[in-house]
Amino acid sequence: MKKYFDNLTEALQNFLIEVGELSYFAGRFFKEFWKPPYEFKELLRQCFYIGNRSLLLVSVTGFIIGLVFTLQSRPTLQEFGAVSWMASMVSVSIIREIGPIITALICAGRIGSGIGAELGSMKVTEQIDAMEVSGTNPFKYLVITRILATTLMLPLLVIVGDFIAIYGSFLVENIKGNVSFTLYFNQVFNILEYSDIVPATIKTFFFGFAIGLVGCYKGYNCKKGTAGVGKAANAAVVYTSMLLFIIDFVAVFVTNIFYDL
Amino acid sequence: MTTPTKKAIITIKDLHKQFGSNVVLNGFDLELFEGENLVVMGKSGSGKSVMIKCVIGLEQPNSGSILVMNQKINKLEQEALDELRTEIGFLFQGSALYDSMSVRENLEFPLRRHTKKFGVIEDTTPLVMEALESVGLAHAIDLMPNELSGGMKRRIALARTLILKPKIILYDEPTTGLDPITSKEIVLLMNSIQKQYNTSSIIITHDVDCAKVIANRMILLIDGVNYIEGTFDELASSTDPKVQAFFK
Repeated sequence: MKKYFDNLTEALQNFLIEVGELSYFAGRFFKEFWKPPYEFKELLRQCFYIGNRSLLLVSVTGFIIGLVFTLQSRPTLQEFGAVSWMASMVSVSIIREIGPIITALICAGRIGSGIGAELGSMKVTEQIDAMEVSGTNPFKYLVITRILATTLMLPLLVIVGDFIAIYGSFLVENIKGNVSFTLYFNQVFNILEYSDIVPATIKTFFFGFAIGLVGCYKGYNCKKGTAGVGKAANAAVVYTSMLLFIIDFVAVFVTNIFYDL
Repeated sequence: MTTPTKKAIITIKDLHKQFGSNVVLNGFDLELFEGENLVVMGKSGSGKSVMIKCVIGLEQPNSGSILVMNQKINKLEQEALDELRTEIGFLFQGSALYDSMSVRENLEFPLRRHTKKFGVIEDTTPLVMEALESVGLAHAIDLMPNELSGGMKRRIALARTLILKPKIILYDEPTTGLDPITSKEIVLLMNSIQKQYNTSSIIITHDVDCAKVIANRMILLIDGVNYIEGTFDELASSTDPKVQAFFK
């Protein structure tokens, strides 16, 4: 019993240390973010790299989600004679929740683990030390640029993913129900309100920030050895996924307060 | 080798460093004179690398003082430290080339960041080529690090160090992991660089052959202190079993 209690205490202690260190890391980001020199070139490179690296995966996943979601919902809506509500239901679900969270989870796997592994490998091969020795602040050059890039690129990826998912849904409706493009997208835009789009877009910035932050934190503090790199990449995905759900919960809670949905 | 003067360029006094309960340096002293090649030998894990990382400010000592070119390294503001670092080259054990950049970009990287020392350089190619030629690898300018052999990586890392024309070079086990022939080439290259650029160097190694060729003076780091100092011949002829263990 005592051993069980000790293990639990140790696990809790480690968790709190981790949360503390991650918060310190985030604090350092906000402290150093304002200070020159500004690494614009590296930021642009990272934006291109992160956006480009995830675009195909986000598009394909979005398309399939739209397709499957519509195919699965259609029989149920048909039972109630509510197939004409399909566009409205799909668009609200995708814009508010499914699009942002699925895209963020995909990017956590794709980008977060990539950043964790890249920085982890740079750490264990002393490239980060070499950067510091050459008079470059590695935190500014590697961490701030990556966190900013994920924060800026995730909302764009979500917009693309959402649009493609709705397009996928339209294709099913077009094939099964002979609904035209104009009619379907008219219904989509008629039902959508600012209260659907604005909070959903704002939370994607937080999602992007979390992906970049945890990936960089895990990579930058990677322990020595190749096993450390693997652990950093893996932990980046696990921690980010958990954090994304927490952020999502908070975002929905806050949105409900403001918009009384 | 050029003859060293008696003007100290690095002075370490009573350096202490420990990681948790593991005491690594326990009152280490060192003086590096201008134009000198000082070899520091010691067993693996004896704190040699930690010591030179303290010199460049990558590790913070628990106590003791480190003077580099008359500046206390652990009291410097970040900007002053970065400026001082342009005068100190550091050759990492694993070369530490940025693997997402080509050889040219690896060499340009420090150059573009030290505009105070060099001004804004529009065309970096002549300086990059000069550094690459001094290590005999001008043809590798557009290669990526993963296309280079271990010896080539070490040379390119040396070229990246040289591009800032440092007064001091710190070598962290420059021949580790290389075959004997390539090791010899690297040692000869280090010697020729010392002549060409008139640098002062601290060389961390446990390669006795390397030490024999390059050392003006040697220090054995044992139990966290400088156990013995002298020329290679003096140390090699020592009857102390702890010293002899390195030369057998």
